[in-house]
Amino acid sequence: MLSIQDSLTTQELIIEGAGCASCVGKIEKALSALDGVSKAEMNFAQRIVSVTGSVGSENLIYAIEQVGYNAKTSTAETESDALEEKEQADQMYYVKLIREMSIALGLGVPLMLYGLFIGEMTINTDAERLVWLIVGLLTASVMYFAGKHFYIGAWNSFKNHSANMDTLIALGTGAAWVYSMVVVFFPSAVPEMARHVYFEATAMIIGLINLGLALELKARGRTSLAIKRLIGLQAKTARVIRDGQEIDIPIESVLLDDHVRVRPGEKISVDGFILKGHTAVDESMLTGEPMPVEKNEGDELVAGTLNKTGSVIFKAQRVGKDTALAQIINMVKRAQNSKPPIGRLADVISAYFVPVVMIISILSALIWLNFGPDPVMAFAIVSATTVLIIACPCALGLATPMSVMVGVGKAAEAGVLIRNGEALQTTSKITTMILDKTGTITLGSPKVTDVVVTGGESKESVLQLVASLESGSEHPLAMSIVESAKEQGVSLLEVSDFHAIAGHGVEAVVNGQKVLFGNQKLMHKQNIDLGDYVNQAQMLAAEAKTPMYFAVDSVFSAIIAVADPIKEDSISAIKRLQNNGIRVVMLTGDNRATAKAVAAKVGISEFFAEVLPEDKSNKVQELQMKGEIVGMTGDGINDAPALAMANVGFAIGTGTDVAIESADITLMRGSLHGLADAIAVSKATLRNIKQNLFGAFIYNVAGVPVAAGVLYPIFGVLLNPVIAGAAMAFSSLTVVSNANRLRFFKAKEH
Amino acid sequence: MMMLVNLLGILLIAGIVWWFWVYKPKSKEASDGVQIIVVENGVYAPARINLESGKATNISFMRKDQSPCAGTVVFSALDISEELPVGKIKTIHIPKLDSGTYTFGCQMQMYRGELVVN
Repeated sequence: MLSIQDSLTTQELIIEGAGCASCVGKIEKALSALDGVSKAEMNFAQRIVSVTGSVGSENLIYAIEQVGYNAKTSTAETESDALEEKEQADQMYYVKLIREMSIALGLGVPLMLYGLFIGEMTINTDAERLVWLIVGLLTASVMYFAGKHFYIGAWNSFKNHSANMDTLIALGTGAAWVYSMVVVFFPSAVPEMARHVYFEATAMIIGLINLGLALELKARGRTSLAIKRLIGLQAKTARVIRDGQEIDIPIESVLLDDHVRVRPGEKISVDGFILKGHTAVDESMLTGEPMPVEKNEGDELVAGTLNKTGSVIFKAQRVGKDTALAQIINMVKRAQNSKPPIGRLADVISAYFVPVVMIISILSALIWLNFGPDPVMAFAIVSATTVLIIACPCALGLATPMSVMVGVGKAAEAGVLIRNGEALQTTSKITTMILDKTGTITLGSPKVTDVVVTGGESKESVLQLVASLESGSEHPLAMSIVESAKEQGVSLLEVSDFHAIAGHGVEAVVNGQKVLFGNQKLMHKQNIDLGDYVNQAQMLAAEAKTPMYFAVDSVFSAIIAVADPIKEDSISAIKRLQNNGIRVVMLTGDNRATAKAVAAKVGISEFFAEVLPEDKSNKVQELQMKGEIVGMTGDGINDAPALAMANVGFAIGTGTDVAIESADITLMRGSLHGLADAIAVSKATLRNIKQNLFGAFIYNVAGVPVAAGVLYPIFGVLLNPVIAGAAMAFSSLTVVSNANRLRFFKAKEH
Repeated sequence: MMMLVNLLGILLIAGIVWWFWVYKPKSKEASDGVQIIVVENGVYAPARINLESGKATNISFMRKDQSPCAGTVVFSALDISEELPVGKIKTIHIPKLDSGTYTFGCQMQMYRGELVVN
């Protein structure tokens, strides 16, 4: 077993809670006291201690905690460092594969050309035996220098009771070489017609498969371009203000509550909110929203976005792995590696594939030996070798993950975060899309449009009472009324006995009066007569406004109407969904008349109004019972149960305030076009996976029997092992290249 | 002569069935929650690991194989998928599991291993 090296190493730890220079001595002393630590030095400004020795980081952290501070390992390796390292490793591997290919083809191509155009690759004289012996030894050196990894891999797998692609290549090339050497050493043991050598096949197959692996490696690199772009958004350093001084430190050393300065043209390093200054920030890389967003004191800044105009100081709120960008990268990476259900069958087949091919190869050889024409030995060895070589489990195994990798990345580029392969697959099958109204179809920031008073009170005094009452509520409509009152300079009064009546409204005591505010149901429940004002309320509702009733001491007093503007592109996005054959349904807690007006405006004919929050998931279930595959789109917080109940839950983010953990798919920009984009990408990805799987299945199902010689009785042809090697090498490449086509996919905007 | 060859062929096939499908190799204990699996030359070593049921553990991977196939390890039943950097130890947290066998492997299922939970 491997043990973690305990030789002298230097580790860096980030210290939290060290506020004074005297802490430095304390920490350094605590660390130096440990056996195995030869040096501990702390940089107070950066809050980093660097420790040389052979002590594990857990023990170092424990020692620091014992003297009253917190510490964490400096994961000095950022995502971009890891990516760079991976690229370097891939490049080295690519060079190695190309070198091995050149060695193998260097022998294989001249041999093949000789066999095709110059002479026979048979042994009839002693001189020929000598020449072919030398060629056989050269081939053995090719097997060693260019194909060693196949043989070692095959042997290791065998010892482990498993078999993989290496097994097939090693057996195929090995069988061809061993047979040829038998012909060289014991020609008399083989019938004269069968004294053929296959050294060129061994060398060519090793060369071609190495070439295929090299090209596949390059193509694979392109499948991860999207994640590379996301990782590239991360800033490398941040300018923090510590002890009144501005210093540049690596972003992984930024601590919570650090004050960070960001200047025009710089990337925001961590998530936080502005303490001082104002600026415009380009958030398009995360949200797809092209216009820069104005940011003032108190506004949030998101890591990875670009500061355009002003210099600001902000307070770090989320650092390291907690930033929205880090979470997005993490989620995209996980989703890229997850497998949709469609790929599971291929996994099951892959598990049995290699031993089955080995069995077919033996059966094929036996059939040729028993029933084949002369030279039976040559036919048997060629067919057995070709079966082993042509079969490609890799193409099958790669078919799904490569497409998912590109598809999920492509979606992320469009501001659509897909949680996993299953969500990706189900999205392609959605038949009904339910849209929540507030914040999904509309902007979610309603404004007071009308105040209709019944008695002699002024509009201001009514607004003052209602706003005071609503100041304790978190409902978006309530917040809009409080906002409007503040805008008009109305001061709020003290509220007592506040009760929220779910789905109906609120009641409380304000200024010694019992006040009631809510919908018609609430008024009916409390036996409050609304008179003719119901008609007026209906007229307001028909204008897509939401009217609410206000009563003081059980006497109806006013109607307050609020309206939530519809998002600019909701109408076109909904049309786009409908054009794709998707049934669009609107769901809202709002009253029927308002719901009808909004639905009519955006072109939705089917809607459910006055749905209580807890009933939203029942509506989803009802549609599912009717056989619909339901997508539910909401804000991800209030609609969480309905999102969970739906086949696919879409959380719609406003700006970068994403609730990444709450839904199957998160739309980072507020536009509903993200829904159609998500569906289009998932359909394209599924189509691509099906093409890949179909191709890989057909390739193997047709290739293996042809290699075994089923065409021989009809057409008299038997596949050459070299052609089988080329086909095998390029079948994986074809799958990866087909997946890469998805990179050029563009969703239609209509 | 042909009889002998045919018999040899059939024995070979029986051997393949037994070696790859019927025989269950011994598994290694994850001692003290630390187990390092080396990813090299087409295999995980060790490829079968014994875990105690109802107890979370950590498993570390050390990838020595540069081939891209070795680059990702997927525990599909556990919804875990992690990238393995070359030449570095990557530790993966395995949550509490019920008794049973959980497979893990590369994306193409060429590298294969099992967690045997008792």
